[in-house]
Formats: sequence, C-alpha cells, structure tokens
Amino acid sequence: MDLFFFLLFAFIAVACAVSVVLQKHPISCALSLVGTMASLAVLYLLLGAEFIAMVQVIVYAGAIMVLFVFVIMLLNAGEESSKGRSWIAKIAGLPALAALLGILGYAMLTFYPMVGPKASLVHFGDFTGGGAKEIGTALFTEYLLPFEVTSILILIAILGAIVLARKEID
Amino acid sequence: MEFLIITSIKLALILFVFMTTLAYLQWVERKVIAHVQVRMGPSRVGPHGLLQPLADVIKLITKEGVLPPHVNTFYYLAAPFLSVFFALISISIIPFGTGVEIPAFHMGGATYGPYKTMFELADANMGILLVLAISSMGVYGIALAGWSSNNKYALMGGLRSSAQMISYELPMSLAIAAPLLSIGSLNLRQISDAQAGYSLGVIPHWAIFAFPAPQFFSFIIFMIAAFAETNRIPFDLPEAENELVAGFHVEYSSMTFASFFMAEYANMVTVCSIATLLFLGGWQPLWPAAYGSNFVAPLIFAGAGAICMLHGMNPARPFDRITLPVFGVIFFGLAGLMAFPPTVPILMPMFWFLGKVGFLLFVFIWIRATLPRFRYDQLMGFAWKFLFPVALANLLITGFLVALVS
Amino acid sequence: MDPQVLMQTLGKGVPTSWYLALSAVLFTIGVAGFILRRNIITVFMCIELMLNAVNLSFIAFAHEHRQVSGHLFTFFVMVVAAAEAAVGLAIILTVFKNRSTLNIDEIDSLKN
Repeated sequence: MDLFFFLLFAFIAVACAVSVVLQKHPISCALSLVGTMASLAVLYLLLGAEFIAMVQVIVYAGAIMVLFVFVIMLLNAGEESSKGRSWIAKIAGLPALAALLGILGYAMLTFYPMVGPKASLVHFGDFTGGGAKEIGTALFTEYLLPFEVTSILILIAILGAIVLARKEID
Repeated sequence: MEFLIITSIKLALILFVFMTTLAYLQWVERKVIAHVQVRMGPSRVGPHGLLQPLADVIKLITKEGVLPPHVNTFYYLAAPFLSVFFALISISIIPFGTGVEIPAFHMGGATYGPYKTMFELADANMGILLVLAISSMGVYGIALAGWSSNNKYALMGGLRSSAQMISYELPMSLAIAAPLLSIGSLNLRQISDAQAGYSLGVIPHWAIFAFPAPQFFSFIIFMIAAFAETNRIPFDLPEAENELVAGFHVEYSSMTFASFFMAEYANMVTVCSIATLLFLGGWQPLWPAAYGSNFVAPLIFAGAGAICMLHGMNPARPFDRITLPVFGVIFFGLAGLMAFPPTVPILMPMFWFLGKVGFLLFVFIWIRATLPRFRYDQLMGFAWKFLFPVALANLLITGFLVALVS
Repeated sequence: MDPQVLMQTLGKGVPTSWYLALSAVLFTIGVAGFILRRNIITVFMCIELMLNAVNLSFIAFAHEHRQVSGHLFTFFVMVVAAAEAAVGLAIILTVFKNRSTLNIDEIDSLKN
C-alpha cells in the first residue's frame, strides 16, 4: 500500500514538474506546479508530517500559487517564444543536467541502505511526531529565535512589496 | 471489507442527502427572499413550488451547452469541474452527529455485527486545517473560469475573486485560531466534544460563551470572512451582475453554469458547518437534556404537522386537500421518530447540528435580501484595515486570557 | 542486488532513499526549467519547484531520524518562499510596467 501510494504520487509529482518546464503558457506552468505541490503534500502525509502537509497546501498551493496565477492573469502574459537560446545551453545543457541528476541520485540512493537488516524504510504510521503539538512545542522553545527572525523577514517583505507596488516611485 | 461496505453506504447516503439539500437550498433562498420582498416566490411547479428544484435541474441538464469559439477549451471545461470538486470534497470531513451502534443480530442463520460507525466520511486528525486547505484550493476554479473565458468581464471577475479570497483567508484563519487556543485540538469531532457541558447548569460551554474568553467576536469575524470566501452578497464582487454582467461565469451555460451554482451552495453549507462546529458547539444542545432539550425536536415537528393538518382542512388551493395532510403525516412520523427512545441518542445530535447549520444558512439568505454590495476598494480596505487588525487583537486577547486562567 | 530481497523489503515499506531520489529528480527538473525557460514568471516558478524538492528531502530526513526538526526547516523554507513570492512578484509587476516585457533576455540594460 505504501509503495502504491508512493509510486502513484511520485509519478504525478514528476509528471507535473516536467510539465512546468515544457508547457508554453505560464498559466499551464502554474497549474502544473500546483499539481506537484499537492502530490508532495500527500507524500508528506505518508512520511508522517501531517501539519506540514496541510501548511503546504494552504500556503504553497492556496496562497503563493494563487498569487502567481493572479499576476499572470493581471499581466495577461502570453506564450513565450523559444528563440534566442545560447548555443552553450543547447549543446551542454542536457548532459550537464544528466550529470547533476546522476550525482544527486547516486548520493541519495547510497545514503541509506535500501535492503538488509539496517534498511531504512518508510512505513505509514511509523512516525507520528509531526502533529501540531510537536511542531508548536519545538517552534516556541528550541527554534524561537529563527521564528522571531522570520516574522521580521515577513515584515520587511511586506514593506518591500508595498514600496515596489506603489503607483509612482520617486 | 466491512469498513468498505459501511463507507460506501455512508457515501451514498451523504451524497444523496447533500445533493438534494443543495437543490432545495436554492428553493429556500428564492422563497425567503420573496417573502422578505413581500412576493410569493416559486409557486407554480408542485405545491408551494416544491418541485421547482427538479424543474430547474431538468432545464439545466437539457439546455444546450454552448462552447464559445474564443475560449481556452481545456481550462474552460476544467474550471467548473475543479470548483465543484473542491466544494464537495470538504463535506466528507464534517461530522454531523455522534454516531450509531448496531448491536449484533442474526439473519438467515448467520450473525452480523456489531457495527459501529461515526457520522462522517473521514475522521481527519487535522480536520479544520484540511477544510481550510481544500477551501483555499477552491479559488482556482473561479480564477481559471475567469481567465479561460477570454472575456474582459470574466477576467475581472476572476481577478477580483482571487484577490478577495487571499485577503479574507487571513482574518478567517485568525478567527479560527482563537477558539482553538482554549479547545486544544484540530480534530472536528474533538472540537465539538470539547464544547459539551454547562456552566451554572444552563449556560452551554460553546466557544461563543466559553468561560475565559468568549469567542463572540471571532464568530462575527469568521462569518464576515465566510461571506467573502463564498462570494455571497455583500461580497459577491466576482459575479456582480450590474458591473460585470455575471463576472467569472458569464460565458458558461447549462451544466457548467449549474456546477458553479452548486459549488457556491456547497461552500455555503461547509462554512456554516464549520462555524457550527467551532463556535456553536456542534451537536451540543442549547440547554441540558435534564431541562427537556430532547423534546424540542418532536414538539417542532408535531407543531408543523398540526399546522399542515389544520390548513389541509381549510384548503386555499385545490391540491392542498391532498398535499398538506401528506406533509402533516410525514411531520408527525418524524416527530414520533425523534421521541422514540432508542433513536433519541442518534437523532438528537443530528437535529441540533442540522438546526444550527440551517439557522446560519438562513442568516446567509437573510443578509442577501438585506444588504447592498460593497464597492471594490471598500471590500479590500475593510479586509486589510479593519477585519485583519481586529482578528489579530482578538487572537492576542484570547491568548492572554487563556494563559491567565490555565 | 537480489530482486527477491528487494521485493520483500518493498512489502514492508518504501526505502527512504527513494524519497530522496524523487527529491533529486524534482530538483534537477527545477534546475532545467530555471536554465531553459525565458519567461520570468516561469523561472520564478522553477525556483519554487526546487524549494519544494528540498523540502521533500527535509521531511524524509525527519522521518528517518524520527525528529521534528526537519519539519521546522520546511516550515521556515515555506515562510521564506512566501516572502520571496510577495517581493518577487512585486518586482515582476514593476519591471513589466516599465519595460512591458516578461522575457528575461530583453531585460538587459546592465549588459555591455
């Protein structure tokens, strides 16, 4: 059952991610990204991160991506043209990406043993420490300083967004 | 296997009841608004227009679905589907009663049971967050409908809707967070159970009356934000008829148009259920069963039955001689069922829950008949300059009070 | 490795390294989009995709070590992503207002 859900949602995530890169129209890209984020939320659930899964949908899919869609609709952005790519990217792009994927994949797959007595497996229900209570406790004791710093970061971001979006910039 | 069968039965029941409710909510809305405006409302199809929803559905299904040539076909067709999908899926998390236990019984030589099931499809640990998450995804349906229609009015509607939904989600989440501080759970069933009991013997422990910090202001903020989230008057800017023709669904017809309508009503029912569970104590009765709160439901239904019978004896219209006594008998039957001791613990929570949800739905319709629409700058200013600070202050004060008491 | 042993293990659960590999795949796709695409909004979305891929590996590590810290890192990444989206989209709006283009190749007044 774990394997089935993992494979299903991993496939959806990868398919949507590929679609983000290949689609011509920004709206299609944004919706594909929403698909990736939603399937990642399901994978978070399988990994026992209930709270983060919900926050992923609420914040990423429900707020940030709505903002993207809003901006795309506001600017009435059309399909992008594919001309003007540099020749270096055309020749070396795909091999470089393949190499990156190879290195990353090799590192990830050998990091934890897949089989054997020491195999590290993800089984739904093994880890239940991802509830709101545990997150809240850790956030307001161990990670209090980063939490406060992020609130300042958000304040600065709000100020920046307001200054940038004002009608006239002196 | 047993789980699958029970869940399928529940699914079929809930789907049937919910769909019928959505259809009849339209009838109720038209009737209530008509009576507010001193009109009759739908009265031609069936007694008191009761078959009007059926006629509407048949009309909408058999109408030709027009596909305008200038639209982006894929998103144009996906948008109503998305809307309805996200509107319907959130109802599966709402618990609408305590539960039912069927003791083991023999039939045909085999023993079945005992069966025990709760009145909800999924008992999610993070129920309230899940509802928020799903409702925050619902905006895509409207935004996409507006964009893919390739029409300036529809685009304006879609833009307005996405800005409005993001803005009003903040006060809504803050208003939800305040009662959760004293309840201490995100599970909808536990939230409702935590509000059981009475202080001084009569005042219920509902969140709006709760002891350290009564959540009355949270309730008001939540309801205001809920109006905006469901695109209802006074916040129905995305579909403002006299500014944007019909806003985001101007290019839709027949079933696709009907699905936007259905999604709106389903969202209304969901937010009313959430408000009931969070603030109005879910299925906890208004006063203790010791003072006879269990007799309210049979009395109401018996009263309705008696009125039907009385009017059936002096019919105003020719068909009333038949239809009203039939309704009277149905109401008397329901009253009997509600007073029948074995079914009381099952039906009473459902009665109180559905009664509160029904009252909130009535408030939605009532306000639609009363208030005019906001202007767009007023809408945004109201959310950011008034509602958001008030929700923040309310959360802060609640936090202080809860910390002081505990 | 022996396929039979692998099948037996898969019956018990999914290897953590598969989650990490998925994260690597998503990250690479994000990098590819970041390099290949010319629309500034799409480039921005590919950055979000990379952040999401990293979040997945954080959550997988948290599950592996049975610690909640990974969830908190993810939480902070999300906060930063939200702030970034707010400022970034405001910048995009301003750029579009001044240059009326979204193509990153045409926004090159600092070049040469």
